[in-house]
Amino acid sequence: MTQINLIPAIASNPATAVTPATATAMQLEVALLIVECLNLEVTADQIAPDAPLYGEGLGLDSIDILEVALVVSKRYGFQLKTDSADNKHIFSSLQSLTDFIVAQRTR
Amino acid sequence: MPPILPLLPLVVHPSPDNIIAWCDDGSVTRQQFLADVNQLAASLLPGGHLLNACGDRYRFSVGLAAAIVAGKVSLLPPAHTTEMVRQLKTFAPDVFCLTDNDDCTLDMPQLRYPIMSANENTTFAVPQIDPNQLIAIVFTSGSTGEPSPHHKTWGALVSSVQAEASRLGLLDNALPCTLIGTVPSQHMYGFESTVLMAWQSGHALSHAQPFYPADICRALTNAQAPRILVSSPVHLRALMDAELAMPEIACVVSATAPLSLTLAQSIEARWQAPLIEIYGSTETGLIATRRATQNLQWELLPGIKLVVDGDNTYACGSHIVTQIVMNDIIEPLTAEFFLLHGRLSDLVNIAGKRHSLASLNYLLNTIPGVVDGVFYMPDENDARVISHASHASHASHTLRTSEVTRLAACVVAPGVTSAQLLAALREHIDVVFLPRPLLFVDVLPRNDTGKLPRAALQALFQPAQISRKSA
Repeated sequence: MTQINLIPAIASNPATAVTPATATAMQLEVALLIVECLNLEVTADQIAPDAPLYGEGLGLDSIDILEVALVVSKRYGFQLKTDSADNKHIFSSLQSLTDFIVAQRTR
Repeated sequence: MPPILPLLPLVVHPSPDNIIAWCDDGSVTRQQFLADVNQLAASLLPGGHLLNACGDRYRFSVGLAAAIVAGKVSLLPPAHTTEMVRQLKTFAPDVFCLTDNDDCTLDMPQLRYPIMSANENTTFAVPQIDPNQLIAIVFTSGSTGEPSPHHKTWGALVSSVQAEASRLGLLDNALPCTLIGTVPSQHMYGFESTVLMAWQSGHALSHAQPFYPADICRALTNAQAPRILVSSPVHLRALMDAELAMPEIACVVSATAPLSLTLAQSIEARWQAPLIEIYGSTETGLIATRRATQNLQWELLPGIKLVVDGDNTYACGSHIVTQIVMNDIIEPLTAEFFLLHGRLSDLVNIAGKRHSLASLNYLLNTIPGVVDGVFYMPDENDARVISHASHASHASHTLRTSEVTRLAACVVAPGVTSAQLLAALREHIDVVFLPRPLLFVDVLPRNDTGKLPRAALQALFQPAQISRKSA
């Protein structure tokens, strides 16, 4: 069976075509945070930087996003808000979440 | 029951200048609210059924009132999945959607929430509604996979929320309060305890639908005191954990699942305010309350009775027209008090969303490539073991799973990937029911009679098994 379009790690997204093939150290740090906080069955390096976190892809739901937001706020010292930016965009991929954290962090 | 019941009782909303809601740009008076309702009612699409998808609670309330005035029925499904939208269209082919989201992708005729014109000159009378008018149909996931409709009349809803307001002490407050909800207006609890309760008790509602702790904090700050926070264990736990500076709250209301006593105690200590839990169901509306820090027993609302018949407990009386079976294990203590001992085994409830296990299993086994499969709801203690099994990290003590237990599933599906299976499930069920972990096995541990003993499933999801099988 070769329906690879369903597998997020291989999914290609033209909008993020410039994504490096391997995650940066900061992306790995955030990926590890997500995996630990949600007890996911994947390892941090299995989360592709450009794969969606919400819905299809990693399959996070709103309860998970709330958990991740709590851990992010404690680790990096800022609060996520629904209107602080396009919320869907922030959680659209590991890369965008990491970029947002880098821009907002106070520690 | 009186022949008509006002949308907003004059006894609690006596003046056109009474504040009905707090929005970002200030307060909305009764006069402006009725003008908005009037304008929207005139522009509704022809269909008799409305899917009110407005995220903003004030806009939802205007949409609901406009539908009532126009004699249309609001549909409140448990989720907006592709499959649910398809089923809603089968149920009510004339359904249309009211949305305040530019990116709304619901596949049905859409009406964008309009820009309202300011109205200061025309005076609008408070609409008077027939108690027998069908106002809303709330859906639960039925055991066959088809959603089950529950019909709500205006009279029954009013009776229910007035009893709630009375129990919460909201009918004799000298000061007008603001109700701030973290639960969606479309969920039966949010529907009754924010929108309808504000209308019927003379208090204002906050337009906000806050999500993150910082959002809740801002919505509280923007709302005029005294504040009543209408929330759920998931949001309250996140709010407590975030340790933000927060304004005073006069009362905290929680529903969807029982709170742990520890959380209840820390909430009351944090705000020096009572935490009142509400118990009910989509079918019955709310039927009982308790203040866990004082008494773990639930107290029925006036007029509601519990009837035990064999293994089942039924609720009846007051706003419950025909007796309804409760999906929980209930131990009546006296005519007014009872204890709750968890859910009956076929039902799962995750963060206020409910599903039948039989229906989830049925769906799982209809997915192409699935030979055999079963969902499994761990006991709360097992859930902690499962979720802490894969690692020993510093993050694991952040109270994860303390309020939410997740479903797991086990399948025999050679050649199907986890991603394919989850994508197929996502078409049919709300994401909160997606299994984690999802185990792939060669054969399910069925016994001689083909049944799956709970103990065998429990063993399957033991930590050692998980790390081996999902690797």
